Amino acid sequence: MLELATLQDRFGSEITESTFRDNRRIVVPLARIYAVLEFLHRGGFDMLAEMTAVDYLEYEGATDRFGLVYVLVNTTTGERLILRTHLSPPELEVPSAYPLWKSADWLEREIYDMFGIVFTGHPDLRRILMPEEFTAFPLRKDYPLKGRGERHNFPVITRAES
Amino acid sequence: MPLTLADTLPTDSTEREYLWTLNFGPQHPATHTTLRLVLTLDGERVVDAVPYIGYLHSGFEKLGEHLDFNQYVTIVDRMNYVSPLANEIAWHHAVEKLLGIELTPRCVYLRTILAELMRLHDHLLNVGTTALDLGAFTAFLYGFEQREKIYDIVEFASGQRFHTSYTRVGGVLLDVNDEWISRVRKFLKEFPPTYREIDKLLTRNRIFIDRTKGIGVLTREDAVNFGATGPIARASGVVRDLRKDEPYLAYADLDFQVICSTGGDCYARYLCRMREMGESLKIIEQALENLPSGPVNVESVSDVVLPAKPPVYRSIEGLIQHFEVLMPNRGYDVPHEEIYAATESPNGELGFYIAGDGTTRAYRARTRPPSYVHFGLFPHIIRGYQLSDVVAVLGSINIIAAELDR
Repeated sequence: MLELATLQDRFGSEITESTFRDNRRIVVPLARIYAVLEFLHRGGFDMLAEMTAVDYLEYEGATDRFGLVYVLVNTTTGERLILRTHLSPPELEVPSAYPLWKSADWLEREIYDMFGIVFTGHPDLRRILMPEEFTAFPLRKDYPLKGRGERHNFPVITRAES
Repeated sequence: MPLTLADTLPTDSTEREYLWTLNFGPQHPATHTTLRLVLTLDGERVVDAVPYIGYLHSGFEKLGEHLDFNQYVTIVDRMNYVSPLANEIAWHHAVEKLLGIELTPRCVYLRTILAELMRLHDHLLNVGTTALDLGAFTAFLYGFEQREKIYDIVEFASGQRFHTSYTRVGGVLLDVNDEWISRVRKFLKEFPPTYREIDKLLTRNRIFIDRTKGIGVLTREDAVNFGATGPIARASGVVRDLRKDEPYLAYADLDFQVICSTGGDCYARYLCRMREMGESLKIIEQALENLPSGPVNVESVSDVVLPAKPPVYRSIEGLIQHFEVLMPNRGYDVPHEEIYAATESPNGELGFYIAGDGTTRAYRARTRPPSYVHFGLFPHIIRGYQLSDVVAVLGSINIIAAELDR
């Protein structure tokens, strides 16, 4: 099992740990995230099972705008670790985890699509679920549930015009 | 074996003019749902495949932030509509973990039976359609006959064949009765002959083996690195099954095996799914024998769990309790915490990341759909194979587009 002290020795004491139910979470400052991911990758966490983001705009007591969540799995020991980092506009750039885990490819594209967080070093950072022309980031909390009229104002081409 | 000629060709664009592009989908019989591939072909050999998804994107995760934990279950079972109850169980597994609710023994076993019935449901469809796409129609029909019986069982329990919305926070909609149990027993007796017939039709079928063996090979390292889970990872030799590794529901008490293979090709994935069906039958049998009596819903946390319908209609206390749970200005306490909880769905790791903010609605309801991660590795395993192998590989990784796009 990975000890918190190992990480703190290497990457500074800003790294904190918390446990809720069986979820073990480690919070890493944004500047250190890639180094920690790389260290964990070398340390046996060979699967990036899940990656997601949370927009804390309306969250009580939150200081940063976005939280980024990595769920790492060590497939040999079955250990699961949740790594979290926080970021705020205007600096919405995170180093991509693609060089370490290929599964980060689509997971990061979805976060970019839904939240507008840019992953530097990602080989093909395009929108994935929304159309290319879409300008907003739909899972941000300031985006309304019913959209901003994109659907109603969608250009419809009739047979005569085509 | 894939030919390597395409890799050795010069990559300069003018030199590759003989390559042609084929649009596959979004409406194509072999995709079964709406997904699109743009294939770059050298003759009939696939040089590259670029998936374009999002045709069925309907903002489920955004909806999850506006519906409460019980309401969202109706959306969740529209994700993987091939095994809807598996999604509901996964969703409420995550919610109950967030709220810290311990289910009653009867509910735990009931959900285990339903989860395994859904595994049969999903694997039957997948095995059937994989064979169908490769030209073998019979196995598909045999599979659907049995799926129809599972529909009947699920309908008997929940009143709905398809989108059951059966689970609730802390329990299920309605308890099952002895008639339901005898129906499941009857199904357990009737299923093995059909299973053997499907097995006879496909497993040693020369054409089926030729079309699937050595096709779409995924090595163990790649399977782990690409985040593959479920039968796809196990067919590549990754010994990982959340039912064993992180036991939830009643799986820790039940005796079953994790089916693995080292082939990593479409045939190995087919074999894994077939053998897993046998294990599912074993699990259902054991769980049915040991199905405890007693209440199906948690009663100790009555401010969270919906009361049964008779007291709601017949007593003022029941009605008040019902209102206390459902009224938007009442509700119950939800921790200011975030949780990731995953279950082994038929397709792989189906996880939910829920952020709670004190209200009965999730602040963030993220789904980790297995199809999404698996489709991300599709271009990697199709490169170098023939155009006709695309349908074999697509079938074997079981892409459900509603879950893919959410």
